[in-house]
Amino acid sequence: MGNVLTIILQRLALGLLTLLIVSIVIFVAVNLLPGNFAEAILGQGATPDAIASIERDLGLDQPLVTRYFQWLGGVLRGDLGTSFAQANFASFSGTTSGATTIAEQIAPRFGNTMFLAMITAAIAVPFSIILGILAALYRNTVFDRATNIFTLTSISSPEFFLAYILILFLAVLNPIFPSLSNIFEGMPFSERVEKSMLPALTLTLVVTAHMMRMTRAAIINLLASPYIEMARLKGLSPMRVIVKHALPNALAPIINVIALNLAYLITGVVVVEVVFVYPGIGQLFVDSVKIRDIPVVQACCLIFATAFILLNLTADIMSILSNPRLRHPK
Amino acid sequence: MHGISRRGLLKTGAAAGVLGLTGMPLRAQTRGGKLTAGLSGANTSDSWDGRTHSDLFMIASAHGTVFDCLTEVAADGSLKGELAESWEASADAKTWTFNLRQGVTFHNGKAFGADDVIESLQMHVAEGAKSAAQPIVAAISEMKKVTDFQVQFTLENGNADFPYLMSDYHLLMFPAGQIEEGIAQGIGTGLYQVQSFDPGVRMVATRFPDHYKGDSVGLFDEVEYIAINDNTARMNALMTGQVDAINRIDFKTEALLRANPALRIQEVTGNQHYTFAMLTDNAPFDDVNVRRALKYGINRQEMVDKILLGHGQVGNDTPIGPASQYYHAEMEQLEYDPDKSKFYLQEAGLDSLNIDISASNAAFEGAVDAAQLFQASAAAGGINLNVVQEPADGYWSNVWLKKPFSAVYWSGRATEDWMFSTAYEAGVPWNDSQWDENDSARFQELLITARAELDSAKRQEQYFEMQQILRDDGGVLVPMFANYVQAVNNRISSPDTVGNLWQMDNARMAERWSVA
Repeated sequence: MGNVLTIILQRLALGLLTLLIVSIVIFVAVNLLPGNFAEAILGQGATPDAIASIERDLGLDQPLVTRYFQWLGGVLRGDLGTSFAQANFASFSGTTSGATTIAEQIAPRFGNTMFLAMITAAIAVPFSIILGILAALYRNTVFDRATNIFTLTSISSPEFFLAYILILFLAVLNPIFPSLSNIFEGMPFSERVEKSMLPALTLTLVVTAHMMRMTRAAIINLLASPYIEMARLKGLSPMRVIVKHALPNALAPIINVIALNLAYLITGVVVVEVVFVYPGIGQLFVDSVKIRDIPVVQACCLIFATAFILLNLTADIMSILSNPRLRHPK
Repeated sequence: MHGISRRGLLKTGAAAGVLGLTGMPLRAQTRGGKLTAGLSGANTSDSWDGRTHSDLFMIASAHGTVFDCLTEVAADGSLKGELAESWEASADAKTWTFNLRQGVTFHNGKAFGADDVIESLQMHVAEGAKSAAQPIVAAISEMKKVTDFQVQFTLENGNADFPYLMSDYHLLMFPAGQIEEGIAQGIGTGLYQVQSFDPGVRMVATRFPDHYKGDSVGLFDEVEYIAINDNTARMNALMTGQVDAINRIDFKTEALLRANPALRIQEVTGNQHYTFAMLTDNAPFDDVNVRRALKYGINRQEMVDKILLGHGQVGNDTPIGPASQYYHAEMEQLEYDPDKSKFYLQEAGLDSLNIDISASNAAFEGAVDAAQLFQASAAAGGINLNVVQEPADGYWSNVWLKKPFSAVYWSGRATEDWMFSTAYEAGVPWNDSQWDENDSARFQELLITARAELDSAKRQEQYFEMQQILRDDGGVLVPMFANYVQAVNNRISSPDTVGNLWQMDNARMAERWSVA
């Protein structure tokens, strides 16, 4: 087992290195965005003097490299910094009350996004695995074709389009779910779930195809192997062959794909959150980009990157653990 | 001439008149219930600090719901007292004495008085403060507490509009000595007190009992404003009945809203205007004949029809709109006339004119299209406009006030003087046509005299003359005034006259509307 531990530690170290590189990319890319915070916040009132004074207040007049290391140092200490908008407004009166650090600003939003991701996962994962199994079972039938067409169509459509289609059918024509997902703190759980239903269903449609097709392919791949033939020759029902014999061995690739899609549920929600006015991290991200609030944008990017890297790492480790050949590389 | 919606408005007006004659109630005044509105212009960086407010969500939440100012502009455009009961000016309009309302309390129980006024106004000129209302307060040379309920302001220069300026949505009254808590928790004297406020997400407030404005206004028990910046999401929320009212409807989908019998559309023409500004100290715009040639080369009605899709009114090259007290409505309308364009070009000694026009949709939605329409219409008069599409980022710092001819939007100002002294007074930073004595000495002279003129008949004469000067010689083309268009569920009743100074009944729906 020591071997496995080494592999995991190696992977973690690699993950950290990736994160460091990503942080450089984020920092440079965000700072390359045209326009700047001072201009965005001042709008028509952006006179050179006013811009210079805001930039001085926020340290934007420092060279890029200095700012990067200041930021990185802060992040390592767990300090994501202060949002420009908050810093700017705090300087109006010296008010420091209210949520002033980015961490405080992001925490509730991140919680909301995680909530949405969990609801979506609770619907999407069983749904796509069952669909995948059924498609494998009835492969090349009308059912299989229909499932494939449906899921491929939904993954190929832009998210906002799927969202509007769902709004049209489930909120406007048949008012089953609300089109506005403005959940807030203190809202009862059941109401929260109901309000989050449409964004969750939209995300489900987006992630289903990948997981379902992987399940189907992995199972079909195994169906040609001798031990499945053996099981069939024993006279087991096709369903039993698939669920009991094929599925456990197909789990590695399936888990891999599930982990990747979970990462997508956290990082890919931006458009969906905006369409449904869901107060998650995606919406915060869009608002911050709009006003060029660089520290918040960077923090959001970093969170997205961490989530992606961590879930990828999980996927990697899971497939290593479930595959002895990877566990003992030559 | 102004499209179906205005006719529709007139018709409803007429119908209301008939109802009035027959003695039927014009609208029900139901107390209680809840107003849920989906509003744009919200930000995660929003706070109750009036100095930072610039868009509808916070203006409606603070100015329209939780806080009060000294004065208030009524829906019909007249000025009335809010926290001030009355006011009087010295003959030179330099000294203003405000008598404050007595027996008013803040939501935390503190009594309202002169100290609150002085401290709340001083916030705007505090060291390092960046308030949009700073010039208003900076013009006050002395604030004196006469009694607990009387404040005297001495201005540097006479200003007859001073009480109007006190209605500005930045100048909210906070409790003295507790301004920080006031900003953190939203403690005002308004009709509703804050229950919860999640910046960029939502604001909930409930009716404050025994309010000084009495029982005839602020009829809801509770109001909830939901931040919906996305146009389509806002419309969906209204269509599915999750909100009762939304601001800024998307003109492209307006027909769908009109087709819904449960909804109605409110449309008012205010002072919001879209312009093309020329820097008059640059050739060829320093020649008044070139400016006139351009004035006749623009097809204003076409712009209202195609850029605003009919939701607006043609402009007459003055920034003073229908929501202004001294709006010169009878002034002869500038019409599209390529022959006159050619004539004025000849007067300027030119056969044709080649100029660049800078536009970006940051200036206003459809600015690039508008510039292209202008290009097409001006060509007939011998003017060759070259439309330069500028990047939206940095438009206000790199293009506006820098490029000689650019597209601009103005939300307008409540008073003539405020508008003129923001953008037409010689030497002010936002003077986007470099309009000064060299262009019209008379205009600058009138600007100063009208400011301190307390006789409104004389003032009207002066402002009419200024509008005429701008129409004839001005360096800013004002082809259109854009309407405020909003939609309301019929569950909510609103008065027949809706304010046109700002969106959503001057952002005061919580005060003026009720459950039908």
